[in-house]
Amino acid sequence: MNKQDLKEEIVRMSGSAVEKCMRCGKCSASCPSYEDMEYHPHEFVYLVEKGDIEKLMASESIYKCLTCFACVERCPRGVEPAKVVEAVRLIVIREQGMNRLKPDDIPGLWDKDLPQQAIVTAMRKYTK
Amino acid sequence: MTKIAYYPGCTLKNKARALDEEARAAARLLGYEFEEIDEWQCCGGAFTTSRDEIATKLAAARALTWARDHGGRVVTVCSACYNVLKQTNAAFRTDSEFAAKVSRYEKTDPPYRGEAEVVHWFELLRDEIGFDKLRAAVKKPLKGRKIAPYYGCLLLRPSETLAFDSPENPTVMEDFIRALGAEPVRYAMRNECCGGYLTLEDRDAAKKRSAAVLSSAVEMGADCMITACPLCLYNLTKNAAGPLEIRYFTDVLAEALGLKEGGENA
Ligand code: SF4
Ligand code: SF4
Repeated sequence: MNKQDLKEEIVRMSGSAVEKCMRCGKCSASCPSYEDMEYHPHEFVYLVEKGDIEKLMASESIYKCLTCFACVERCPRGVEPAKVVEAVRLIVIREQGMNRLKPDDIPGLWDKDLPQQAIVTAMRKYTK
Repeated sequence: MTKIAYYPGCTLKNKARALDEEARAAARLLGYEFEEIDEWQCCGGAFTTSRDEIATKLAAARALTWARDHGGRVVTVCSACYNVLKQTNAAFRTDSEFAAKVSRYEKTDPPYRGEAEVVHWFELLRDEIGFDKLRAAVKKPLKGRKIAPYYGCLLLRPSETLAFDSPENPTVMEDFIRALGAEPVRYAMRNECCGGYLTLEDRDAAKKRSAAVLSSAVEMGADCMITACPLCLYNLTKNAAGPLEIRYFTDVLAEALGLKEGGENA
């Protein structure tokens, strides 16, 4: 996909109006995963707006988002950064062979107290 | 007895069975019969925000359709099920393309368009039963207990869609704690994420999230924390440590209502 198509695809999937961003950084200031991300929510928005998306796709940051919606709640411009992060992650994991978490990984990650909810949610986020 | 369609979800039938059983027992005592949705399927634990995702939303769509046809609303206890059902319902109401695509699988007559209402057990308690009635039903007030309500993210956000409570200054769990005779503890991290499913991807990162929530409550003097979410309970007990008991809200509810073993109504 070329840069423009990729951008349009992400905007279509997320429904996010990235061009409304005023770069205040409130989303990133609210993000609980901030310190574990290479690119932060406001940078996702900015780089998608610029069409500079490959570096986001190659970054581990797409797997660190908790879908906690703090960024969505606190953005004064209604940009919904969480949906942008999710769209970039989906573009990556929808490729054949790109599932981040595989059923065979689960036994190694399992412990007796782990709720079913943890497994189904992780599978939903990290697997197509 | 008011009948209401009930969506338990996968974890309440397995790891969090007490959450299911205690919620139903308390409901019965307060005048509600939870009627389990026929052949419900797991909601998937998280709503996928991308508008082109259809298959991942079908389980929620089926439950919502059943609820529409059986009384018009559905109650949940698990925060994640609540979030997924309610966000899916909103997608039906606001995105006609999505609704039309689901109808092609569902073949329901008439096609589902978001008619059902999704309510959490806390909302029934607050908006219909009322905390005065709950207070009157309490047999063993939890006197002297300092309980930190943990909202996390799934009950509150996105607030525009969920409209559960104020996203930054919620009060329903505090009022619930007061009705049971205990003292609610306000602390900074009550509506921040526990680390959720990240525990399977990056356990150390999840540990930092949970530890921050727990220490924030300890700092404000809590001796117990309550949650409606099995994954929060897991993270807060397995990925963090503190001088604090982590319990389901239904557990303290059942205790105060005298529904626990050894209680008058046991
Ligand atoms: S949804 Fe993701 S990006 Fe947004 S605040 Fe939460 S963890 Fe950060
Ligand atoms: S909070 Fe909203 S407007 Fe501010 S930087 Fe983030 S996305 Fe842009």
